[in-house]
Amino acid sequence: MRRSLADRSLSVLGRLLVVAILGFVVLPAAVVTIAAFNSKAILSFPPDSLSFRWFRQALTYDDFRSGFRSGIVVTLWASTLALVVGAAFAFALHRYRFRFRSAIEGVLLSPLIIPHFTIGLGLLMLSAQAGLPRGYGLVVFCHVVLVLPFVMRSVYISLENLDLRLELAATSLGASPGRVLLTITLPLLLPGLVSGWLFAAILSFNEFTATLFVTTQRTQTLPVAMYNYVREYADPTLAALSVIYIAATAALLGFANAYLGLGKVLNVDQPR
Amino acid sequence: MSISLAEPVRSGRRDDVRSEAAVRLDGVTKRFGSHTALHEAWLRIERGEFMTLLGPSGCGKTTLLNLIAGFLEVDGGEIFIDGSLVTETPAHRREIGIVFQNYALFPHMSVARNIGYGLRMRGVPKAEAARRVEQALALVKLSGYEDRRPRELSGGQQQRVALARALVIRPKVLLLDEPFSALDKNLRGSMQVELKEIQRKLGVTTVFVTHDQGEALSMSDRIAVMSAGRIRQIAAPDDVYRQPADRFVASFVGDANVIPARLAERRGDMAVAVLGDIAVTVPGQPLADLSPGAPVDLFLRPEQIRVTDPAGAEVLPGTVTAQVFQGDHIDVYVQTPAAGDRRLLVRLPGPEAAGRWPVGARVGLTVPATGAVAFPTGGDDA
Repeated sequence: MRRSLADRSLSVLGRLLVVAILGFVVLPAAVVTIAAFNSKAILSFPPDSLSFRWFRQALTYDDFRSGFRSGIVVTLWASTLALVVGAAFAFALHRYRFRFRSAIEGVLLSPLIIPHFTIGLGLLMLSAQAGLPRGYGLVVFCHVVLVLPFVMRSVYISLENLDLRLELAATSLGASPGRVLLTITLPLLLPGLVSGWLFAAILSFNEFTATLFVTTQRTQTLPVAMYNYVREYADPTLAALSVIYIAATAALLGFANAYLGLGKVLNVDQPR
Repeated sequence: MSISLAEPVRSGRRDDVRSEAAVRLDGVTKRFGSHTALHEAWLRIERGEFMTLLGPSGCGKTTLLNLIAGFLEVDGGEIFIDGSLVTETPAHRREIGIVFQNYALFPHMSVARNIGYGLRMRGVPKAEAARRVEQALALVKLSGYEDRRPRELSGGQQQRVALARALVIRPKVLLLDEPFSALDKNLRGSMQVELKEIQRKLGVTTVFVTHDQGEALSMSDRIAVMSAGRIRQIAAPDDVYRQPADRFVASFVGDANVIPARLAERRGDMAVAVLGDIAVTVPGQPLADLSPGAPVDLFLRPEQIRVTDPAGAEVLPGTVTAQVFQGDHIDVYVQTPAAGDRRLLVRLPGPEAAGRWPVGARVGLTVPATGAVAFPTGGDDA
């Protein structure tokens, strides 16, 4: 059966639209990537000639190196703490009915709707008021608050998908509650826990707005160091760093995909 | 080889312990908020018995199963297993095997590790555990499937694994929670036969929950029929079918035609109900509160009614309105004024009935003088 001209032109239009959308998604990254190889000390597109000098600059610049180290420290602590706290809350909220349950859930999810600069500013004011030092503790605390909703969500979805009868079957076979947790519940929740931790780590490592308020020169993370850099210089170093960022994140996700499957990492494909 | 799976005779016990019920429920009550899911259930299940809890959904049968397993706590009454009080015993110390409707196999473990799970929890030495897992697999005819994952198995195979996992710990009681409802019809039949064989071979006390009356009638030693949180009757399948204790049991188990009749008189523990000029002798106990002349409902099984020519005394005249071919028998629907113009279901063996009583034929129905039951008019049907 022949399709009408209108149908065919619509389908061509539809394809063009999809290509355009995909193009816009990758366009910024593509522009920045190409700009990173510019040999001149200006951020321009397209570059006149190609060079790796800005990659060298990005990898050797002191503030970036210390920012990377700080970022890693903060990310590891924050995402791990958020995983423990978030998993515990997700467990309690999923399994038990108690007073203020929905209120507690609302508070824990509130960082999703409160602007990050509000959280950063609030923590800055609190720490100043209480005379607390602005060290790593403050940054880690800030990041835990920010990523908690994502970890909780991830673990909560895994719990929803976990068949309670598996735990009952294990119990009837003689497993005490602790052994049920260790041999059945936790292994089956593992993909959810890993994906929650991974999301938290990526968010924490990239977080800028709130971090700007709570860090100092000593504790500044990579995004903050980049911001400080771009205030002073306008060369392609940041573009080179962006490329490294993208490559590293892709490698991390690829690694997780190889071990767990991307579906599981993104928590969309649950084993039943 | 399968004998070693059976419970070993415990040498330290005296013979009189043997007379203890495998499971005993003394007035067990369970409430969920203001809803009473189980109302003072009294039940005694003998050793090796296959007891079925039968009823519609929401009747409390699954609640009762969960109480025996220890997944729920009672709100009143006591539960005994093998003569010892377990009301306060946590589920993991009750030594119960359970097979769920969806089998609940551990997806992250192989078949062998699934079956060996209960043995590992009990600290059974590795060599012995491996031997027992092997025996259990042989028992359910799945030898060679040790290393498969549950998701690689068919529904029937998964059910066998679930059964082996529950039996390998030599449970004091085996609980089955609607285990056949996820299987297709052909497989269901063969699994029922197989389960019954294994159960008889091992002599394991079994509590089977189902809403399928056919399943209950074919598999059970005894059936506890439940409705609205109460046990309505506990009896052998034959008795539940032929001598239902009340209207609910009569209409839930098997097909029943309900015909309005009148109580004529009582004779000892029997009573006589009349349907026009036909007299039917029925058990008198359900009608004990009625005086002669009171209206009663006569419950007749489809196979108790016979079709004959419309002429003659002691037949109910009617018209055939439909015929349904069922393979081994024929269901004939007959409209008769005696039943308030309701259609009666008559079950006739053999295909020759189809030609003899075609749709539209004027027929007479004969009702046997005994074997029917009657209950006071009104009350709850299924």
